[in-house]
Amino acid sequence: MVRAAMRAMRFLTGLAILLVLGAGAFVSYAWHSAIDPIDPPSQASFDRTLVARGADLAAIGNCNVCHTAPGGQPFAGGLGIPTPFGTIYSTNITPDPETGIGRWPEAAFIRSMRKGVDREGRHLYPAFPYDHYTLVSDEDNRALYAFLMTRSAVSAAPPENELPFPFNMRMLLAGWKALYFREGPYQPDTSKTAEWNRGHYLTEGLSHCGACHTPRNRLGAEKKDEYFAGAEVENWTVYPINVNSPAPIPWEADSLTFYLRHGWHEHHGASRGSMAPVTANLGSIPEPDVRAIATYVADVMGRPSQERIARGEAALATVRKESASPLALRASSTGSGIGEAIFLSACQGCHDGRRSVPFGGLNLHLSSAVNAPNAQNIINVTLFGLPAAKGEPSAIMPAYRGVLSQDQLVALLDYMRERFSDQPAWADTRERVAATMNGEREVPIYRMDGTTQAPPETSMRTAPWP
Amino acid sequence: MAVTLTVNGKTQQVDADPETPLLYVLRDDLELNGAKYGCGVGQCGACTVMVDNEAVLSCVTPVLLLEGRRISTVEGLGTMEKPGPMQQAFIEQQAAQCGFCIPGMMMRAQALLQANPTVDEAAVRAHLEPNLCRCGTHMRIVKAVMRAGELMHQSSQSGGST
Amino acid sequence: MTHSDVKNPTRRGVLAGGGSLVVSFALLSQVLAQEGEVQGASPPAEPRPKLPGSLAGDPFLDAWIRIDGNGKVSVFTGKAELGQGVKTAIIQVAAEELEIDPATIRLITADTGQTPNEGYTAGSQSMQNSGTAIRHAAAQVRDILIGQAAARWQVPIDQLRAENGRVIRADGQALDYGSLVSAEILHVEATPQSRLKPADRFRHMGKSMHRVDIPAKVTGAPIYVQDMRLPGMVHARVVRPPRPGATLVSLDSAEVERMSGVVAVVRNGSFLAVVAEREFQAIKAMQVLEMTARWSEGTKFPKPDGFIQSFKNLPSQQGVVAERSQDGVAAARTFQATFTRPYQIHGSIGPSCAVALLENGTTTVWSHTQGVYPDRAAISEMLRVPPEQVRVIHVEGSGCYGHNGADDAAADAALIAQAMPGRPVRLQWMREQEHVWEPYGPAMLTEVRASLDQAGRIVEWNYDLWSNTHTTRPGPAGSLIAAHSLPTPFQPPPAKLSITPSGNGDRNAVPLYAIPNMRVIWHFLPEMPLRVSALRALGAYVNVFAIESTMDELALMANADPVEFRLRHMEDPRGRAVIEAAAADFGWSNDPLPEGRGRGFAFARYKNLAAYLAMALELEVERETGRARIIRVASAIDSGEVVNPDGIRNQTEGGIIQAASWTLYEAVTFEENGITSIDWSSYPIMRFGSVPERIDVRIMDRPGEPFLGTGEAAQGPTPAAIANAIRHATGKRLYDIPFRAENVKAAIGV
Repeated sequence: MVRAAMRAMRFLTGLAILLVLGAGAFVSYAWHSAIDPIDPPSQASFDRTLVARGADLAAIGNCNVCHTAPGGQPFAGGLGIPTPFGTIYSTNITPDPETGIGRWPEAAFIRSMRKGVDREGRHLYPAFPYDHYTLVSDEDNRALYAFLMTRSAVSAAPPENELPFPFNMRMLLAGWKALYFREGPYQPDTSKTAEWNRGHYLTEGLSHCGACHTPRNRLGAEKKDEYFAGAEVENWTVYPINVNSPAPIPWEADSLTFYLRHGWHEHHGASRGSMAPVTANLGSIPEPDVRAIATYVADVMGRPSQERIARGEAALATVRKESASPLALRASSTGSGIGEAIFLSACQGCHDGRRSVPFGGLNLHLSSAVNAPNAQNIINVTLFGLPAAKGEPSAIMPAYRGVLSQDQLVALLDYMRERFSDQPAWADTRERVAATMNGEREVPIYRMDGTTQAPPETSMRTAPWP
Repeated sequence: MAVTLTVNGKTQQVDADPETPLLYVLRDDLELNGAKYGCGVGQCGACTVMVDNEAVLSCVTPVLLLEGRRISTVEGLGTMEKPGPMQQAFIEQQAAQCGFCIPGMMMRAQALLQANPTVDEAAVRAHLEPNLCRCGTHMRIVKAVMRAGELMHQSSQSGGST
Repeated sequence: MTHSDVKNPTRRGVLAGGGSLVVSFALLSQVLAQEGEVQGASPPAEPRPKLPGSLAGDPFLDAWIRIDGNGKVSVFTGKAELGQGVKTAIIQVAAEELEIDPATIRLITADTGQTPNEGYTAGSQSMQNSGTAIRHAAAQVRDILIGQAAARWQVPIDQLRAENGRVIRADGQALDYGSLVSAEILHVEATPQSRLKPADRFRHMGKSMHRVDIPAKVTGAPIYVQDMRLPGMVHARVVRPPRPGATLVSLDSAEVERMSGVVAVVRNGSFLAVVAEREFQAIKAMQVLEMTARWSEGTKFPKPDGFIQSFKNLPSQQGVVAERSQDGVAAARTFQATFTRPYQIHGSIGPSCAVALLENGTTTVWSHTQGVYPDRAAISEMLRVPPEQVRVIHVEGSGCYGHNGADDAAADAALIAQAMPGRPVRLQWMREQEHVWEPYGPAMLTEVRASLDQAGRIVEWNYDLWSNTHTTRPGPAGSLIAAHSLPTPFQPPPAKLSITPSGNGDRNAVPLYAIPNMRVIWHFLPEMPLRVSALRALGAYVNVFAIESTMDELALMANADPVEFRLRHMEDPRGRAVIEAAAADFGWSNDPLPEGRGRGFAFARYKNLAAYLAMALELEVERETGRARIIRVASAIDSGEVVNPDGIRNQTEGGIIQAASWTLYEAVTFEENGITSIDWSSYPIMRFGSVPERIDVRIMDRPGEPFLGTGEAAQGPTPAAIANAIRHATGKRLYDIPFRAENVKAAIGV
């Protein structure tokens, strides 16, 4: 996700290198000419079929997520993204002639997607994930352009980026591109099926899944050798979606398709955190494109081992047993102490698997979160809950931020890890709990419909923890 | 099994299973009516009380979490004879129809205003999102909370206690 | 086995308590006041001079007002406080005519042991019926007291006046009411005419009086039935079958009976409940019982896809709601459309609850029912005891908005209490039980075909609606869920088509506009695959939605402003007045709005005989998501003579928000195996983030006019105003409620 990509940028220590490379790469990457502005084309001049296709592609690309400020007009930009160097604000991509892209000819739009430069030829920050978008075909870019140019024009200039010198020098980006940017378009792998290629094209291109799911190096570029290995974005843990997927029941193309379209799956739980806007968008597009993405990603995850399949089946059997008898969950409890007591009294009522997700809580034997490398996602969900979507059916989980103390939450998390995962205990739980509770780790809260809570501070306590 | 709870400034022992949600201890053991059962799963806010000045859903909060914590219910905000600023504001604005959701609304609002009595209306609305009202009294509830903020602010300015 | 006969007049004997000088009174008839909503209600016993309001049913003054030797006034109403503020309004009326301080009145509401039988508190008729009765009774009581004083002093009555609980004569001498009452003087029948106070002398009526119930509600006083704690009380929970009609095949209750605090597992046929000393113990036991009980399959629900659209093909009976024709008009243009509304819930925030106690052969039930007498009839029939052995006392609950689970919970509690003689039983439903088992507002489908002439006047109106009955309220035991599960089950009574002035599914199906040719047909669907009953406004919700949506489309065809077009067809001056007032307060114009914003207007006179209400609203549709948000609303309401203006305002604001929630978000979901909308996550309603920025309510006071029902007046116009505003904002007409974001987005496209 774009917003996540921006937040994930970490090129502080690479600054010196960039300066050198920037100078060296100046000749090959630095210079692009401006493309002349045009009078904004009339909405009627765009073919409706093209616009409709563009709408689906924009949803796949999650353009709205970064280019909409909380409570603001869609695509009007202005979302502030804090980075280690300052804040970058997303741009207005509505067809407003003065503040948006109304004067951009199609060629300028296609160039920005392909090469990461704006109409005037300036380098764009890779927060705009052109390292992925470069793969998008001209045909799809035309549809996206038609879609964006037929949106409601909103006059809204984003605030100036708050980037101090020298980070405000876009010339540096030429060096970054020299190192990490490989221009598209996508080249299909003819040894694979059409569906796989479609999925690969969407996943690597518009969907830019790797922007979150692949860890980044110090210069903010995705580590190609740790493809889909998981990361941490906006203080949410992004799960590996390769062979190391922590899902107790291995993902398959079918379950992944369902999950991406509905935002939940009975064996995996509900989408939340930065993934919620993604699944909300994918719910609106034709099923074959989602299935193509799922097919490709499932292929990356690979065929699960017999041992893993067996473990998944065992977990499912446990869940079935527990959901058939309300006392079984309690009876099979192995832990002790306050963590167990909290879980049994506060959590299991909803998480006993008697009612299927999304309206019932996931039985944690099926949870990726308890099998994840750290407790962050459970910390976030426990403290801030899942707020109700606006007027649409959605999972709701109450927030426990008002009542759980650090000790209580740590004990609960330790118990959950021990009880529901065969992984070793988490090492940094207390530290994460403390940092999340004191606001050092700021956690954006998304509803299942992809909207964020506005104003964002409502996700936080009204006062510091006692 | 005995649990020690401090509710509305009074510390008392309650003979209840520690896993019992606070809601039932408040209602059935302490005979406090403010917190209501609405959904039992933290979706409606009718059971909202304050724990150490934070709004908390008492229906999903087992009492074992609450030893040594300060619990307040709407009964702690004042009485019919001497209503507190929040109650006074709700009466002034006639902010109730059936009234069932109102104590929960008041307690959630109280938590907000204790931290900052001069919040704007948008913040009040956002803050009250977890609490449902079915009669449609929302406009009045928002006005009453804003008014309570004024009363609390005035009272803190004039050195009075709230 | 004794079956009571609900049609027989009931008679009450001695009333205990209160130091009342008047110790007996008669309740003569069983008029069920909820016209149009009640099936099988008996007609008034015999013709008599028409008395005002509910006095027609209970003409004795002391059925309504009693005064003890200390001058303490007690007022009795058969209506119940449902959060609509009726107690306050009745106190205002009584105080006004009795010339006493409202604070001194003791008001007793719905109680089969004490109050008149006013049927149901429903249909926005409390002030029309009970308010009117009490106003006249109060005026007549006041005049009787003045007459007593006149006799005592031997002076003509025109030299006396009543003030502040005393009768005062010209020289300032006074007698207080307590000294003027004697044993039988108020035990007289009311007369048709009363000397009502003129509006210019009102002290209380027409003024906003603070609601008498609010201080208790904001301080946590024990005023709800949920708050009752009787000595020795136990807590009960019921266990319902997975589907209606399922019977209990087997039950191993041993594990449950061993659970801490469990007092009893109550099984009566397929009725299953558990009783425990403490509430949370009862809940835990219920959960285990739910898992261990084995049920037969029961009745499948219909397949949901296309179910509402299939209404036209279901067996139905036709009822002609209106038919009129004049010749000589030529239709130039025609608008035709189909509108639907899904099943929707009442959705009380507090699930239904009741307390019942069997003691000395009498079962007392405290319930938030809307009708203590009909509920008593149903419960006594279910228990197979005479009605005298059941007393139903109304205690406030969470707002009900119609026939929710209240009566069923009362029956559950009464049944459980039979197994626990001497111990009060508090029974509360769980959230999912309320969502699944309350009777829903019926889904409906309507078709309209309306035509304009060349001059832009409506010349023809054809309207067909398909709907179940909107009333399956008690009366008969078969209307109670618990009674369906007994060893000898009671069956729900068959629904009957009945066309009445105030309407049912056909409520407000007839446009109030001047239209020369009209035909309105109710295609009555007797089969009820989902349990349904009265939800606020009954059919008026969808009928006004359809009519007022059509009015806007016709206005567009006629190239007319929607407000002007309505006025063009509105002859009733009071209708015109609210339309003009709402438009003026809103600042109605044809000026362009920012992109995505729209204006919508709607009007209805509730039931075509109660309050008039018009509203204009502005909303915004987020084009990219289809999310609609109401920005502001201006409404005007004419409820006749105004008793409590702020009460009317409160009800109207609430009605608008509630109906907006129904319209934008709400639909019961089901599959063949059962209901799937079982809580607030699967059945979302409006939350604070989505309520309008502003709602204005202008009240048109009509001194001297009868009280007109107010509580449901906004429910019909709201969906229409929203649909019209969305049409204005997007160019797309929405026909199917709810207008959830995805549905709006689908209509507007990319």
